[in-house]
Amino acid sequence: MDAFVVISLIKAAVIAFVLLTAVAYLQWVERKVIAHIQLRMGPYRVGPHGLLQPLADVIKLITKEDMMPSYVNKPIYLLAPFLAVSMSLLSIAVIPFGPTISVAGYQTGMQLADLNIGVLYILAVSSMGVYGVALAGWASNNKYALLGGLRSSAQMISYEIPMALAIASPLLISNTLSLKELVATQSGSVLDWNVLHRPFPQIIAFLIFLIAGFAETNRVPFDLPEAENELVAGFHTEYSSMKFASFFMAEYLNMVTVSSLATLLFLGGWEAPWPAAKGSNLIPSVIFLVAGLTALYHAAHPARQMDKYTLAAFGIVFLALAGVFVLPIVQSWLLPLFWFCAKAGAILFAFMWVRGTLPRFRYDQLMSFAWKFLFPVAMLNLLVTSFLVAWF
Amino acid sequence: MDLILFLIFAIIAVVSAVNVVVQTHPISSAVSLIGVMGSLAVLYLLLGAEFIAAAQVIVYAGAVMVLFIFVILLLNAGAETKRGRSFMVQLLGVPLLIALLGLLAFFVERLFPRGVSVRFGGFTGGTAQSVGKALFTTYLLPFEVTSLLILIAILGAIVLARKELD
Amino acid sequence: MSEVPISWFLMLSAVIFALGVAGFLFRRNIITVFMSIELMLNGVNLSFVTFSYQLKQVNGHLFTFFVMVVAAAEAAVGLAIILTVFKNRSTLDIDDIDSMKN
Repeated sequence: MDAFVVISLIKAAVIAFVLLTAVAYLQWVERKVIAHIQLRMGPYRVGPHGLLQPLADVIKLITKEDMMPSYVNKPIYLLAPFLAVSMSLLSIAVIPFGPTISVAGYQTGMQLADLNIGVLYILAVSSMGVYGVALAGWASNNKYALLGGLRSSAQMISYEIPMALAIASPLLISNTLSLKELVATQSGSVLDWNVLHRPFPQIIAFLIFLIAGFAETNRVPFDLPEAENELVAGFHTEYSSMKFASFFMAEYLNMVTVSSLATLLFLGGWEAPWPAAKGSNLIPSVIFLVAGLTALYHAAHPARQMDKYTLAAFGIVFLALAGVFVLPIVQSWLLPLFWFCAKAGAILFAFMWVRGTLPRFRYDQLMSFAWKFLFPVAMLNLLVTSFLVAWF
Repeated sequence: MDLILFLIFAIIAVVSAVNVVVQTHPISSAVSLIGVMGSLAVLYLLLGAEFIAAAQVIVYAGAVMVLFIFVILLLNAGAETKRGRSFMVQLLGVPLLIALLGLLAFFVERLFPRGVSVRFGGFTGGTAQSVGKALFTTYLLPFEVTSLLILIAILGAIVLARKELD
Repeated sequence: MSEVPISWFLMLSAVIFALGVAGFLFRRNIITVFMSIELMLNGVNLSFVTFSYQLKQVNGHLFTFFVMVVAAAEAAVGLAIILTVFKNRSTLDIDDIDSMKN
């Protein structure tokens, strides 16, 4: 019992630390990706290739003056950012990042808690996330913030329905609500992932889930609650300093949750695309090898002055990582982690890609898209899936 | 451990419930009501009703209360205006409430002796699987009737809330 | 002692129900009155789940489930009615909505 408590505390600390760092760097990655989409450089000044930019941002946000407008409703104004960030942190607790491993003799899963209603838990917690936005909009006592809060609550209720229906269809195939068992039913090759699983491939459900996920996290093209050219900054107009940073963090944490959930539900979690016997355990090494060699090549032919040193350092790090992935001792837990991060990272990249590419919806278009297109399609998909599951 | 958890969440539930009643602004009441629902969900978990706990948060806290808050935002409802209550209400309201509570507590104590007690894991029949099985076999007819009820409610809500055509 | 007497759960449900009744009678804002009804339903749900534990049967959970579904439908219709009332009378005070009285 004591060992369980200690291990859980250690896991919670590790997950919280890694997650918050990852969220800070997600912001850096997003700025870089969008910059390259728009043929710019992105952050470049703080540290090599702007790698210390997140640190600078955090220091800036912490040291900024914490303003509280005099006309706000104080308790709810303070509650809203807390609610937003704690609800998005809570949902990470049940997400498994890898299989059960043994650390110093103890068997422990690479997740904080394996609930047998894990999917329902995530749905419940994420449905509470809307309060952060709605209450912030109301408590700010500002017409733009109020409009942002109104828009977001209507949008989030509307998109939750196609999302829940899209989640239900892979659950019918896997026949479990536990996220860990969900991955176990998808093991094997890429054809066993729910997105391509017999009897009915869930490609449509996957796409609906992603679209609804974009809307639930208030991302472009569904960022109506904070549409800056209509509503100043939407629901967080009156927030500054760390309270603003809480909303910001909540948005990125929600992105991480949505992409992890999509990975677990549709893309087979931490399972490799094909069995390790046919060489899938060499893929990470090959990828890092190619990346390291490319970096070294560019270090030898530098386009900018500093590249001679920075790219050489990155190249050596990548080559070292390629070596680490071949070691048999770490493969049992590092390979699942790699595949999970690769799949979730691909979805996160899609989030950024869409932000760099698509314009914003108009509000009535947003609503009619949810109710007149996504909802019937998700319903139909669920119906067909359940018939096929019942027959085969 | 179970007792501590029960006491913590029971106190949160009661304090929030009192807050629902005494707050004059509807949005404060709504936030307190969400607190009641959340702590009740934890108590459901203690009673082994894991599916109902999840449904409580998804349906009540996540959908019904969002609807309430949405309407409060939409109507921009302000705080209740104070008005003089009648003498009888001021004098008898709280004592009568306490009398009702005392009566209820008396009957609960009389009818349910202290022999039965609750501990976490004492009842494991509340999983999603067993609830689903009962829902689609024993309770199939009520289930279908509720779906019809929801359909009628949707139609009613749309008819009531739509703009006048003429 | 780490076990909770089952009567405490019932007592809690009674307290929540009584507070719901109090809110229903004391409050003047129609939305708060509506929320008090939800509070009463929550109190009743807790006693259903408690009985389910006592009898070791799942039936109480089903009752709670149906209460939730009906409450959701009720909220949708009720809030639509509140919207209509507000549109016609621009007030949420139930004392001002008294045209049936005279």
